[in-house]
Amino acid sequence: MKNEFDFMGIRRIAGSISVVLVLVSIVSLAVNSLEFGLDFTSGTSVRLNYSEAIVLNEVNGALSSNGYIDAVVVSFGSDRDIRIILPVDETVAVADQAAQAAEVGETIAALLRNETASEVTLLGSDYVSAKVGGELAEQGGLGMLVALGIIMVYISVRFQFKFAMGAVVALAHDVIVTLGIFSVFTIEFNLNTLAALLAIIGYSLNDTIVVSDRIRENFRRMRKGSPLDMINRSLNQTLSRTLITSFTTLLVLFSILFIGGESTQGFAVALIIGVVIGTYSSIYIASNVLLYMNVTREDLMIPVKEGSELDDIP
Amino acid sequence: MLNKYPLWKNLLILGVVLLGFLYSVPNLYQNDEAIQVTNTTVDINESDLAVVTTALEAAQVEFFGSELDANNLLVRLNTVEDQLRAKTAIERALTDDYIVALNLAPTTPAWMQAIGAGQMNLGLDLQGGVHFLMEVDMEAAIERRMQDNLSNVRSILRELRIRTRGLSLISNDYIEVRFASEEDRRNARSELLDNFPELQFQNRESEGLAILDMRLTLETSLQIQRDTLQANRTTLLSRVDALGVAEPTVQQQGADRIVVELPGVQDPAQAIRVLQRIATMEFHLEAALGAPSLSYESYTTPDGVPVNVDNDVILQGDRISAVRATLDQNGLPQVQINLDAQGGNQINRVTRDNVGRNMDILLIETKSRTVSVSNDAGEEVEAKEFYEEKRLISHATIQTALPRTFVITGLSLTEANELSLLIKSGSLAAPMTIIEQSVIGPTMGAENLEQGIRGVQVAAGLVVIFMFFYYRVFGLAANAALIMNILLIFAFMSSIIPATLTLPGIVGIVLTVGMAVDANVLIFTRIREELADGATPQKAIDSGYDRAFTTILDANITTFLVAAVLFTIGTGPVKGFAVTLMIGIITSMFTSIVGTRALVNLIYGGRNVKTLAIGNYAKPKSATS
Repeated sequence: MKNEFDFMGIRRIAGSISVVLVLVSIVSLAVNSLEFGLDFTSGTSVRLNYSEAIVLNEVNGALSSNGYIDAVVVSFGSDRDIRIILPVDETVAVADQAAQAAEVGETIAALLRNETASEVTLLGSDYVSAKVGGELAEQGGLGMLVALGIIMVYISVRFQFKFAMGAVVALAHDVIVTLGIFSVFTIEFNLNTLAALLAIIGYSLNDTIVVSDRIRENFRRMRKGSPLDMINRSLNQTLSRTLITSFTTLLVLFSILFIGGESTQGFAVALIIGVVIGTYSSIYIASNVLLYMNVTREDLMIPVKEGSELDDIP
Repeated sequence: MLNKYPLWKNLLILGVVLLGFLYSVPNLYQNDEAIQVTNTTVDINESDLAVVTTALEAAQVEFFGSELDANNLLVRLNTVEDQLRAKTAIERALTDDYIVALNLAPTTPAWMQAIGAGQMNLGLDLQGGVHFLMEVDMEAAIERRMQDNLSNVRSILRELRIRTRGLSLISNDYIEVRFASEEDRRNARSELLDNFPELQFQNRESEGLAILDMRLTLETSLQIQRDTLQANRTTLLSRVDALGVAEPTVQQQGADRIVVELPGVQDPAQAIRVLQRIATMEFHLEAALGAPSLSYESYTTPDGVPVNVDNDVILQGDRISAVRATLDQNGLPQVQINLDAQGGNQINRVTRDNVGRNMDILLIETKSRTVSVSNDAGEEVEAKEFYEEKRLISHATIQTALPRTFVITGLSLTEANELSLLIKSGSLAAPMTIIEQSVIGPTMGAENLEQGIRGVQVAAGLVVIFMFFYYRVFGLAANAALIMNILLIFAFMSSIIPATLTLPGIVGIVLTVGMAVDANVLIFTRIREELADGATPQKAIDSGYDRAFTTILDANITTFLVAAVLFTIGTGPVKGFAVTLMIGIITSMFTSIVGTRALVNLIYGGRNVKTLAIGNYAKPKSATS
């Protein structure tokens, strides 16, 4: 067939690139870790009461002009109560920060008293432990492992074990490389990004299954051709679909990135990275694993029921 | 190859479309800002309404549509600023017994509410919600554990027939046992060591007595605090679940506090009621006749019978693993109580020797009240004070030595239900008090919501334009399915399985928009392939849908499995995302396969078609030239 792109011709190069990407990601995660957002770190929360109604932006301005640039101000119950959240001070030990929460509260209250005519009362200040902290990260990690396990079983039953390996390796690749990119470019990792990471699993899996499905169909339908040819042909047949779906998904993600507001940007960025990597991995990683595991036509033959041959004997 | 759907199938699809429309429409109605007033002790009446009205008029806050029902007063307001001002004004006008809460009042027509078509709950990130800070009484938790140990020591020694010269809890982490001889102490010590590995033992002589000190180690005490906080958190979580909140945050703050955030709670007053059921429970024996008056306290049963309850605790509420109101084999109501292993041993040991005596269950509720105290400067200031209220909730005769699972009988059906509810709410590991409660205004969420919705609109718009230009008539069918899909997700989330929409949830919907067209892309590329292979248009449509189906099914099932795992394991944003993803997968399977097929069938089915408007595809080489 003409117009066919020899995807598998550069499979060794692609494989090497992926190995390098994964290694770089792991090293970067080990060395730089992730830029965790306030969701995963902790902070001091200061609650204040004003004698008169206040404008949040003014408080925000007063704080940042006094060096509290990362402070977040939210209204708290009424138009006279606010809560100020200060991220963890890297230079002070966590236990000390917990102890110093009251002091920080006093400092902030004193600072704000100078900035406003209304009376400022310090209602309380607490050291807030990480929002859902380790628990949620643990859930996410555990969720991924369980999900991977269930997918392995499902694909092994519906397809074959080699396909399950292909899909799982592709998923692991996507998650590690996406995290790696977050780590290398120090993009903030918060609860939204965690959810995005889980979404990437869903997306990448979708892509991989579509390709695997075509490979299975071609193996069953076509008598001739090496596994490499089969896979190449399948990838070419699904290429337009893969590109169109990635395109529409990216269309959507870019509109979230530019319109959806600040709070969803992290999500969009994580998913855009994930979709690009997921598209690449469904072409190169899953198929590559299949070839490395020597996938054959026999792997996908519809099993002949035992005894059925005997029945055919006249 | 006719490609026609039977009438019933078309009608079914039409029906689903109409239902989807009907149940998603309420989301277009804007809620009114409202203030809700409830009272913890008495019903709200007309005079309260008058007080509220006067207060609002005095504060010059515009309001409308005040509603008054059994225990609820609702006033609607124009803006969020008005709402906050109104809250302050009403709070000043009413006493502490009233709960004044920010709320949202629906504006959907009554008939829509009647068929259950309501609005989606929005998460704390989109609309604000209720926030509580609760403090766990750790001193009490430790003392309770030691009280428990004290009773155990007593019964073990009694079993060993070792006589003591008295034993008592000296401070809340330290038990002193006095023996007449060193030999008694030696025997007791070796047995007690096995039973209380978490305590530190020390011998001491005083006034001719052999004394054994049993102390709680610092390590164990910290462990108890950690366990207690964890246990209370779990109990709170299950109570919050009773409120039907989809994404509550119940998180630890510091060593002894728990923060509860309830996004999108429609009735903050109810949340407070449920969470404030702060109670612990103790099992006691009834005091023997003629027991010294210092060894018991007097209570009255719910029926008004006076009972003297022995001071020794035979079992704490935290040993209860499950409680159920059931019917026995004769259909009589009973309350079944399951204990954990240690609790089972404890109750067995005590009841074995006390068959025929009465067992009492005490419910201890910690409440707080505002009192005036004088501060350092001699001024009168208001302060919160905690006090305990003990109540006898069950008084029953021990029929036999109780095993780990036992029942309390002789109750009416209502009593059985009430008792099981009381015991459930009483199985908190340690008393807790709300030390701070506030409601987060909806302002900060409004912006998130607005931007999120605009994101969905723009995303859907771009995809719709692309699909039309790429797949022409078929693209139109896919677009109709896409819009239908969004409607169905909204309908599902607002009414069918009421879920809370959060920011990650919106992103889940947006992602579904992107991925939902995937099924159609798969089908349409297949149809193009079939056409390129020389199939007739009708045949191409049929086998295109047919062949793509397995692929779509496999892809969606695996993605659904991932979403289901995330839903089961995750909380908060993870769960929010998983919900919309799962709903999106189900609805998109329906709209993009069945829905588009119905449209394509209506357009092309049952007639002679030469070409399909499905965009460019490779024309078959050796057709009939």
